[in-house]
Amino acid sequence: MDFELMQKVYPFFLEAAWVTILLSVLTAILGLTLGALGTFARLSRFVVLRAIGAAYVSVFRGTPALIQLFILYFGGPQIGIQLDAFQAGVIGLGINAGAYMTETIRGAIISIDKGQTEAARTLGLSRWQTMYKVILPQSLRLMVRPLGVNINALIKATALVAAISVVELTYTAQRYIGSTYKPFEMFLLAGVLYMIIIYVAGRGVTWLDRKVQIT
Amino acid sequence: MNEQTKFVEIRHAQKSYGDLEVLKDISLTVDRGQIVGIIGSSGSGKSTLLRAINDLDPLTGGEVWLDGVQVNKNLPYRKYEKHINEMRQQVGMVFQHFNLFPHMTARENVTMAPIMLKGLSKAEANKLAEEQLDEVGLLERIDYYPSQLSGGQKQRVAIARALAMKPKLMLFDEATSALDPELVEEVNLVMKKLAEKHMTMIIVTHEMDFASSVCDRVLFMDQGVVVEEGPPEVIFKNPKQKRTREFLRKHLAGAK
Ligand SMILES: Nc1ncnc2c1ncn2[C@@H]1O[C@H](COP(=O)(O)OP(=O)(O)O)[C@@H](O)[C@H]1O
Ligand SMILES: [Mg+2]
Repeated sequence: MDFELMQKVYPFFLEAAWVTILLSVLTAILGLTLGALGTFARLSRFVVLRAIGAAYVSVFRGTPALIQLFILYFGGPQIGIQLDAFQAGVIGLGINAGAYMTETIRGAIISIDKGQTEAARTLGLSRWQTMYKVILPQSLRLMVRPLGVNINALIKATALVAAISVVELTYTAQRYIGSTYKPFEMFLLAGVLYMIIIYVAGRGVTWLDRKVQIT
Repeated sequence: MNEQTKFVEIRHAQKSYGDLEVLKDISLTVDRGQIVGIIGSSGSGKSTLLRAINDLDPLTGGEVWLDGVQVNKNLPYRKYEKHINEMRQQVGMVFQHFNLFPHMTARENVTMAPIMLKGLSKAEANKLAEEQLDEVGLLERIDYYPSQLSGGQKQRVAIARALAMKPKLMLFDEATSALDPELVEEVNLVMKKLAEKHMTMIIVTHEMDFASSVCDRVLFMDQGVVVEEGPPEVIFKNPKQKRTREFLRKHLAGAK
């Protein structure tokens, strides 16, 4: 194993890791936002909104994220959507993650015992008051961990944007393989950095989970 | 003016789930301060009838009136929501499985609705919670979470929570059925205390002794109809209907 080479290219990988982190953070924010909106749609009393929510989830969970990225990035210009690779990466992955997160958030909400809603409504609370005061605080505790699983998956999915030439970890590894012919070292380096990112994110989720359990 | 004079009036209540007719043309009135018990075997429609009163299970036919106002009015969605939320504030309900909010202490369970719906200040709400929890004998547990309370204590907090809204009417759906036998009495005592204060109550129960000691009137339901109703002495000692006698024989035999 060529440690000397690894040491030499290491700073470039670190820089690429920051891009992966930035991608992950932005994707997670977009995903959570869309997950909340998707849940809102799926639980709406309007059939049209429910149908839109259901379609969103089934389309974006039912096709490969890579194809979604390709359609957005390569196919987008054809229908007037001009995005640079990074933007396309964040938006494409964010929309994809949002579909999974919709199911996670909705799952946590509908798993709360229906007696809770009945008790709140019986006191005279409105649908929204019930959601906000009674259902959400309880479901929040149930959704942190599964959302952590979604976030773990989306961090790994950021590797896909190498295919549209975003200079993140995987793309960087590939580029250095092209010039050094050392795939083992280069992918290993990338892999270790992914592991660190995912580990830190996982700790964050565990911390947050503990925090919501106590309060 | 409308002809409505009764406190609670159910007119020709009908409820179906698909082909299954769960309530078949039930009419019933309850006067202010009256305590009405509903007995009957499982599946006879007791809960459905009770839950129709605050529209938790909307009727498919018929009307429910409370104190001169129709509960299940036909209104557009938003107006109806506003109307029903106002009606429900006047009707307390106690469930078999308590349905306390597990993320709130006893105090918070009691104060949430008065703060949100009646605009009580925190201090006023705290005072109210202390009063209500004292009333059910749980003042010293005021800052406990439901998971730290016994079943009987949970149910007493649930009653305090309902009473904190100062309801005109209380509905009890088998409030003691989920309790260990030794915890039933503490809940019954709270309900008896309410009875002494002339709270209007409709009580679905499996406890014949309790029904006969607190109720002014008892209804026996079977298969979606009220088979027989009358004062507890008559219903329990001298029922006219064969179905009532059969139910009581089975039920009392089972209880002994
Ligand atoms: N959501 C529902 N869908 C279909 N059937 C129901 C539903 N809720 C209750 N029922 C039926 O209605 C009947 C009466 O139920 P219920 O009022 O709960 O009876 P009780 O409280 O006397 O035991 C039962 O046959 C029950 O199976
Ligand atoms: Mg029942």
